[in-house]
Amino acid sequence: MSTSAEAAHEHWPPQSFEDLIGTTRFDVHERAHITVDDTVCRGCPSRECIVACPAKLFVPTSDGGILFNYEQCFECGTCYLVCNREGAITWSYPEGGHGVVFKRS
Amino acid sequence: MPDPDVDVVVVGAGPAGAAAATVLARAGHSVILLERGPFAGSKNMYGGVVYPRILDQLHPQWWEDAPVQRWITRRSTMVLTDDQALTVDFRSERWGRPPFNGATAYRPDWDHWLAAKAQADGATLVCSTTATGLLREGGQVVGVTTDRPDGDLRAHVVIACDGVNSFLAKEAGMYGEVDAANYTVGVKETIALPKDVIDARFGVRGREGQDIEILGGTGGVNGGAFVYTNLDTLAVGCVLKLPKLSAQALRPEEIIDGLKRHPAIRPLVEDGEVKEYSAHVIPEAGLSMMPQMTGDGMLVAGDAAAMCLAAGIWLEGVNFAMASGMYAGEAAVEALAAGDASAAGLAGYERRLRDTFVLRDHRKLRRAPELVLSDRVQHLYPEMIANTVERMFRVDNPAPKPGLRRIFSDERRRAGVTLRDLARDALDGLRSFG
Ligand SMILES: Cc1cc2nc3c(=O)[nH]c(=O)nc-3n(C[C@H](O)[C@H](O)[C@H](O)COP(=O)(O)OP(=O)(O)OC[C@H]3O[C@@H](n4cnc5c(N)ncnc54)[C@H](O)[C@@H]3O)c2cc1C
Ligand code: SF4
Ligand code: SF4
Repeated sequence: MSTSAEAAHEHWPPQSFEDLIGTTRFDVHERAHITVDDTVCRGCPSRECIVACPAKLFVPTSDGGILFNYEQCFECGTCYLVCNREGAITWSYPEGGHGVVFKRS
Repeated sequence: MPDPDVDVVVVGAGPAGAAAATVLARAGHSVILLERGPFAGSKNMYGGVVYPRILDQLHPQWWEDAPVQRWITRRSTMVLTDDQALTVDFRSERWGRPPFNGATAYRPDWDHWLAAKAQADGATLVCSTTATGLLREGGQVVGVTTDRPDGDLRAHVVIACDGVNSFLAKEAGMYGEVDAANYTVGVKETIALPKDVIDARFGVRGREGQDIEILGGTGGVNGGAFVYTNLDTLAVGCVLKLPKLSAQALRPEEIIDGLKRHPAIRPLVEDGEVKEYSAHVIPEAGLSMMPQMTGDGMLVAGDAAAMCLAAGIWLEGVNFAMASGMYAGEAAVEALAAGDASAAGLAGYERRLRDTFVLRDHRKLRRAPELVLSDRVQHLYPEMIANTVERMFRVDNPAPKPGLRRIFSDERRRAGVTLRDLARDALDGLRSFG
């Protein structure tokens, strides 16, 4: 790549994922609306949730499990659609009035 | 059966639900419009362009108070490879004045506006309340349960406008096996830039705006991308086919980042500040995935019935939702008048869908979603087309100009596209779009 392109690159640094999702508002409820049964995930060959969840909420652990946190969730449904292991994901909407709140989408 | 609390419960205050509630309230029926978000529109995101023509019937002169960002007067279709771009750009001044064509709008604004109209007509909007299931007696749906204390709501008819995941339609057994291959996930960044910068970069003024639909630019994942102009923000995002996405090991936000760095897109979005990141699932497969839409005491409308039209150069869901909601409302009015809320009494719904653009467009474009998301259209044709155009305009002196037919057949072979496949796709395309 040319040096001018590299210089331009510096004016526009990549954004960390935390900053990106930090732009969206979430009114978190204390009840987890989605839970993941890590024991079902162990040995899952595809682990599709890790790549597909747009909120990056499925984090692989070194011992083959999944660490999941429901708080910054778009309630989109991608995870239960791509997961094909019965019982791994228990999915519901958050309590009325809670969860993601879009303003300019 | 105990007396119902209301004539009709409409679940979901998106465009489908608000339209249904408006029709019912105007006919003098008691109707509750349930919404799980703190206000109508708070849970909803989309790419960003609505085509509100159908509102001429429900809210004449709707443009006078609709919360529009910009009127689309410039519509572009772009094919991207890693370092090339081919754009077909259409402009029309006419689309910038009444009765208008398409407009960018934020869904939290649009849906809130449409639900407020239903309220003004007499519907009761209840927010921050999630419908958690159906109440049934025998085979008949007689209401919904909610997450409010003592929250059961009984009604003669339930209209499920609860969006793409529609747990109500699933609970009613209206969907068969759910297949991830029928869905795409859309992710987008709302990126702020001063209005005059947007005007200059996109060549528009005042309330004019541009809509760019993109084939390619999705990092090798089957799908599509878009850039839309709001007043002082851009909507930049992509739509990704679910099973392909997980196979590619590229995350959605990385794909948007790649799109923003493409040499054809970067000059448009550079230096903008992300104001909101959002995601939502789209029912992509149209007719082939539609559920049963009528049951005893129940209708399903909008994305809940997979009515979004996702056919490549068209991504229209809001208009299909508003129309199907309106027709569901009309059918429920008929059923209530006849005192028959069974599936037979509600049959006017599907008749209306079949007789109007809702199912006609879907039938006409039934092959389109699969064609547009096919591997050839996604991975082979963009390079073939871009390379053909590049060679057409490249000056190779002292070599003479090659004929277009020769270039195209070279590029077709280079891309590994057989004549047979090309002919078949062209025919499919003609049948769908022609
Ligand atoms: C990335 C993306 C880009 C798109 N681009 C466009 C575009 O440019 N133009 C266009 O026309 N369409 C577009 N669409 C499609 C369009 O957004 C949908 O087709 C449309 O929103 C469908 O409207 P609806 O009323 O059926 O459902 P929704 O808009 O999804 O509304 C459903 C409502 O129901 C509520 N709800 C759900 N479950 C419950 C429950 N159990 N209890 C109470 N409330 C509930 C939700 O909170 C929501 O308000 C796009 C979609 C996506 C995801
Ligand atoms: S959630 Fe599903 S896809 Fe993800 S690791 Fe567990 S079983 Fe696999
Ligand atoms: S619903 Fe969407 S955002 Fe939430 S965990 Fe699942 S995939 Fe991630």
